[in-house]
Amino acid sequence: MKKTKQLFASLFLMSLGLGTAQAEYTLNLRQGVTQISQEVYDLHMLILWICVLIGIAVFGTMFYSIYHHRKSKGHVASQFHESTKVEIIWTIIPTLILIGMAIPATKTMLDLDDVQDADMSIKVTGWQWKWEYEYLDNGIHFFSSLDEASNRARQLGSGIDPRSVPHYLLNVDHPLVVPVNTKIRFLFTAADVLHSWWVPDLGWKKDTIPGFINEAWTYVEKPGTYRGQCAELCGKDHGFMPIVVIAMEQGDYDAWVESQKAGAEVEKQQADKEWTTDELMAKGETVYANNCASCHMADGAGMEGTFPALTGSSVVTGDIDAQIELMYNGKGMMPAFGQMLSETEFAAVVTYTRNALGNSVGDSVQPAAIKSLKSSAPTDEEEDEDDEE
Amino acid sequence: MSAVVAEHDDHHDHHDHGPEKGLLRWIITTNHKDIGTLYLVFALAMFFLGGAMALVIRAELFEPGLQFVEPQFFNSMTTMHALIMVFGAVMPAFVGLANWMIPLMIGAPDMALPRMNNMSFWLLVAGALMLASTLFMEGGAPASGWTLYPPLVLQTGAALPFAIFSVHLLGISSIMGAINIIATIFNMRAPGMTLMKMPLFVWTWLITAFLLIAIMPVFAGAVTMLLTDRFFDTSFFDAAGGGDPVLYQHIFWFFGHPEVYVMILPTFGVASTIIPVFARKPLFGYSSMVYATASIAFLSFIVWAHHMFTVGMPVAGELYFMYATMLIAIPTGVKVFNWTATMWKGSMTFETPMLFSIAFVVLFTMGGFTGLMMSVAPSDFQYHDTYFIVAHFHYTLVPASIFILMAAGYFWLPKWTGNMYDEKLGQLHFWLSAISVNVLFFPQHFLGLAGMPRRIPDYAVQFADWNMVSSIGAFVFGFSQLLFLYIVIKTIRGGTGEEVTSEVWEDASKHSLEWTLPSPLPYHTFTTPPKEIPTEHF
Repeated sequence: MKKTKQLFASLFLMSLGLGTAQAEYTLNLRQGVTQISQEVYDLHMLILWICVLIGIAVFGTMFYSIYHHRKSKGHVASQFHESTKVEIIWTIIPTLILIGMAIPATKTMLDLDDVQDADMSIKVTGWQWKWEYEYLDNGIHFFSSLDEASNRARQLGSGIDPRSVPHYLLNVDHPLVVPVNTKIRFLFTAADVLHSWWVPDLGWKKDTIPGFINEAWTYVEKPGTYRGQCAELCGKDHGFMPIVVIAMEQGDYDAWVESQKAGAEVEKQQADKEWTTDELMAKGETVYANNCASCHMADGAGMEGTFPALTGSSVVTGDIDAQIELMYNGKGMMPAFGQMLSETEFAAVVTYTRNALGNSVGDSVQPAAIKSLKSSAPTDEEEDEDDEE
Repeated sequence: MSAVVAEHDDHHDHHDHGPEKGLLRWIITTNHKDIGTLYLVFALAMFFLGGAMALVIRAELFEPGLQFVEPQFFNSMTTMHALIMVFGAVMPAFVGLANWMIPLMIGAPDMALPRMNNMSFWLLVAGALMLASTLFMEGGAPASGWTLYPPLVLQTGAALPFAIFSVHLLGISSIMGAINIIATIFNMRAPGMTLMKMPLFVWTWLITAFLLIAIMPVFAGAVTMLLTDRFFDTSFFDAAGGGDPVLYQHIFWFFGHPEVYVMILPTFGVASTIIPVFARKPLFGYSSMVYATASIAFLSFIVWAHHMFTVGMPVAGELYFMYATMLIAIPTGVKVFNWTATMWKGSMTFETPMLFSIAFVVLFTMGGFTGLMMSVAPSDFQYHDTYFIVAHFHYTLVPASIFILMAAGYFWLPKWTGNMYDEKLGQLHFWLSAISVNVLFFPQHFLGLAGMPRRIPDYAVQFADWNMVSSIGAFVFGFSQLLFLYIVIKTIRGGTGEEVTSEVWEDASKHSLEWTLPSPLPYHTFTTPPKEIPTEHF
């Protein structure tokens, strides 16, 4: 209610032409931070103004006529009903305007399409409902999902005010980090359904399609944090898979690359150590909340008809190897978590589902066991290498 | 000019067979007026059902955060809202108008194929009921958007085969309706009613009917491929089996783009019928209107991939579809200029049908402008799948198709029922609708440009204010339509009690044949063809 009043107040201020009220109300396309986004913005403004001018001419004529040529003013209708001359004129003029629009549009289209001579490449894979980033030049690889604070607040009836969450729904756990002043080529694909990768400040979006590779490029000049969202309906959590791109100076970027590599090393070592059940359960709870709860629900009850319940499930309470196998390779809508989770995360969440959510099987699995599974099962990467040989 | 009015007096009615008594009349009827009424009543019911779904969507989007529904149900609502409005409300409403008006306008006693006419209506009901029943199925109604893109649509639960079969039924119904309209127009015109004398509403429906016959089988084919992909191990749209998900989009939009013109071309026809009556002038540029309609119909078949600029087409494809799409602005511009020229130097009055028609011309043109903006492929890389396009197509559907359907209701109800509607209430309905529809959809342009994607149940807080404005507009618009329902019922039950002449509107019989018949219309009309054809265009 308070918000409604505030709104009317702002509208009132706006109608008085006071600039103060306008800050909250974004009206126009963003200019963005790349040359392409600026070109797109200029094109947008050009055509907007053309439309405004045509609109003024047409509506002006119409309203003049509505005002003057009315019966109540005693205007007598003339009976003319055709004129080849004006018909030709109002066919040719729009044609010329369209040609004028097509020329700059073609130029920008060709620029957008030119992915040649990139300095680095990043492969982006859309998943239900997160993004996977793979730096093809240095091997950095991670998943990026909605941050925990937003995720808690966005649940139906969470009672958390979205306004209290910083960057509500536009924040992720692992942002994509890129260097400035570098031509970056993106390769897009998807693991399950269609998605679309869109950061408005970069000036474009591109669909990610399972089984196909799309390309696009960017060249960011200004360091900063740029936010976007999935733009192609991809199922129930389509609205909850944001994109965050952080553009850094080259030096900062290099440091970030080093820290990522060191982190990956630590992760590897963790997988070799012996974990207690309590440690696995504690980690598993977080992994479950971030990866499983959106379908199987926080309490493991699932969603009837779409997502099976885990509580009392024959898979989760049955043979542990069968459960690991199903989670590892996926089935139907269930993604292949073998690729998505680290060994430690995978072992933790298996242990968690078997001993929480109303289940109490009592057994557990060590990260090392998952690691040996990874090295024995042919992964996608090994297959790719085979192809190259 | 026509002078046949006096000959159609009461004594004429004694030759007519009246309708069946009771409920059976409506089930077995083959009378074009009865079937027209059935279509219109059904469409109005679906309009309120689809509208209720829209209000669920706008209620959830009133504020950031999820307050009322789960995201999956929200997606079902956006999907079902679109399917019901397109296939249940707008298309059937125009078929209803065609049934009522085409025989009257061309001087025919009925539609050419009256039994098929009955069947196509009841197939529509069966298809729509089956579609609506998916709401109660395990896994919920389809939630993949009305475009039913794979692979997402293949994740639908038990509802998928039912949704596909209902699309088949609705398609068969539309094709039957289209065949009937073409057969009627080509074979049943009164002597002297040459093609280039037909009212523009008849022309636009003739062209629309050809579009329907061309596209409905394509859509049926696309959804059948979904069916076999899901149940019979084919891989039309699955890369793992050598298919391509984008193939579906090409097929769908080859249907889908002409489909949106199926909803707008008859709208053009009704506007071209109403505006001259209230401007008291012949329609300006009749023949260029016919040619513009035909050009738009032709272009609609060669621009489909402008719905898919971001799927990763080769740049030559992007450029071709951009240029082809831009061309549509030319015939569409001709139409808007012609309507303006029709009003120019007229002697206008502003009864409710005229008000809705003028609002249509203005607001449809705004939808056209945003359409032109989106035809520019590089800009569409920003606009695509945002609220900008939601605003665009709602401007071309709600204050265009829906407003013109309202206008048609006010325009012809006195003719159909012999009773006058309440002009004051009609104007109140107009002003409430015209203002709220802009409060509802105009802010969505801002949301889309600011970066809000479409089809999301929740949004970042910077989008909160315009969403709230939009939702307020939605509720005012939605509840204003109950006023329309009230006005229609009141008119059928006697209206203002005012005597309605056969012309209803001043000098209307100069424009079209239906105004030469008595009001209310007898059950059977033009059992003998009219002797004179209105010839204002020559």
